[in-house]
Amino acid sequence: MYDASKIVAGLAVFAVLATSPLWFNQISAAPADEPELQAPPNGATQCVEATEYMRANHMDLLNQWRDSVVRDDQRMYVSKLNGKEYVMSLQKTCLDCHSNKSRFCDSCHTYAAVQPYCWDCHLVPEEAQ
Amino acid sequence: MKSSRRGFLKFAGLSASGTGEHEPPATEGKRLAMVVDLRKFSKNDELLQKCVDACNSAHSIPDFGDDPKNEVKWIWTENFETAFHSQEFHFIREDLKGKPTLLMCNHCDNPPCTRVCPTEATWKRAADGVVMMDWHRCIGCRYCIVACPYGSRSFNWKDPRTAPNLAGLGSESYPTRMRGVVEKCTFCDERLARGEQPACVEVCENQEMVFGDLNDPESEVRQLLTEHLAIRRKSGLGTQPEVYYIVDDPRTLMEIAPAAEVYEREEGGHD
Repeated sequence: MYDASKIVAGLAVFAVLATSPLWFNQISAAPADEPELQAPPNGATQCVEATEYMRANHMDLLNQWRDSVVRDDQRMYVSKLNGKEYVMSLQKTCLDCHSNKSRFCDSCHTYAAVQPYCWDCHLVPEEAQ
Repeated sequence: MKSSRRGFLKFAGLSASGTGEHEPPATEGKRLAMVVDLRKFSKNDELLQKCVDACNSAHSIPDFGDDPKNEVKWIWTENFETAFHSQEFHFIREDLKGKPTLLMCNHCDNPPCTRVCPTEATWKRAADGVVMMDWHRCIGCRYCIVACPYGSRSFNWKDPRTAPNLAGLGSESYPTRMRGVVEKCTFCDERLARGEQPACVEVCENQEMVFGDLNDPESEVRQLLTEHLAIRRKSGLGTQPEVYYIVDDPRTLMEIAPAAEVYEREEGGHD
């Protein structure tokens, strides 16, 4: 191969430049924003289930609540965490603690680019700061 | 030979009607029904509006003004002859003639609306016979509107949230529905769950409307129906509506009261 050293050096420079966005960001970029969730303004510390479970599965739980109330007329939920009873109601139970929708629900939903349609019908309490 | 021909005709007749004997269909538990006492309403037009308003505010029902296309109604009024046109009243009593009559979903025992729903967004609750709606599941095909012979179902052509009367809803209010969803009276299932009476019944102070369980022989609705002449809308269709209208002569109301007084006086005389 003629001019092997030049070619190899050129390829090395090309590889470094082509991958530069990847490693440059690894070194210098700020970490990605994380959504900030407001703690319940009323001081409640425990949700209906464990926080980790709620974070991952609140949408499924809400769907179960919806079907249970509307279709089966069963309106009480017994927490698997501590056996405490809750009224299955988005407006009256969930939003009683998480009373600021824009700083709780929306901050994650906007971050994850999901658009749940809860609020097309259900009503949000006036937002306390 | 004669008797077998007769038997055949009876069978053919029953088959043609498609309904067989008109046995009240059994629900597993309660059979909730409404009794509207037209004798009492004939003297109280203001109460009609009170009942309608109570429902409208209890269920966040949008009001778009005069355009009938956008009208959403759970309970509404229609004049008596129109409400009961299949009864063909020819020489109608003065107190009933043209009288506004409260109409709502009849929560039929044999509801045609639930049979046509492709998503089971509307169904008859087995425990108490309420014809329910699941607004999460309704896809807005409007088959049920076509199937209902009573006009009890409304379609949200516009987003109800844009209605001027719903501007001030808070989180304590009943959720609205969304555009493209059918809605109707649910006998206030959310209030029944709390052990309360439907909103329209609650504003009636003198039992102009009575709500209860027809399967319970002691219930007030059952008593009223055994003591009075009551009619139902389009009962000939076989839908078995569960809203009854007492149409006794209003004078019976007056007759009851003096009779009771006389009885008391006589009782008193024996002491």
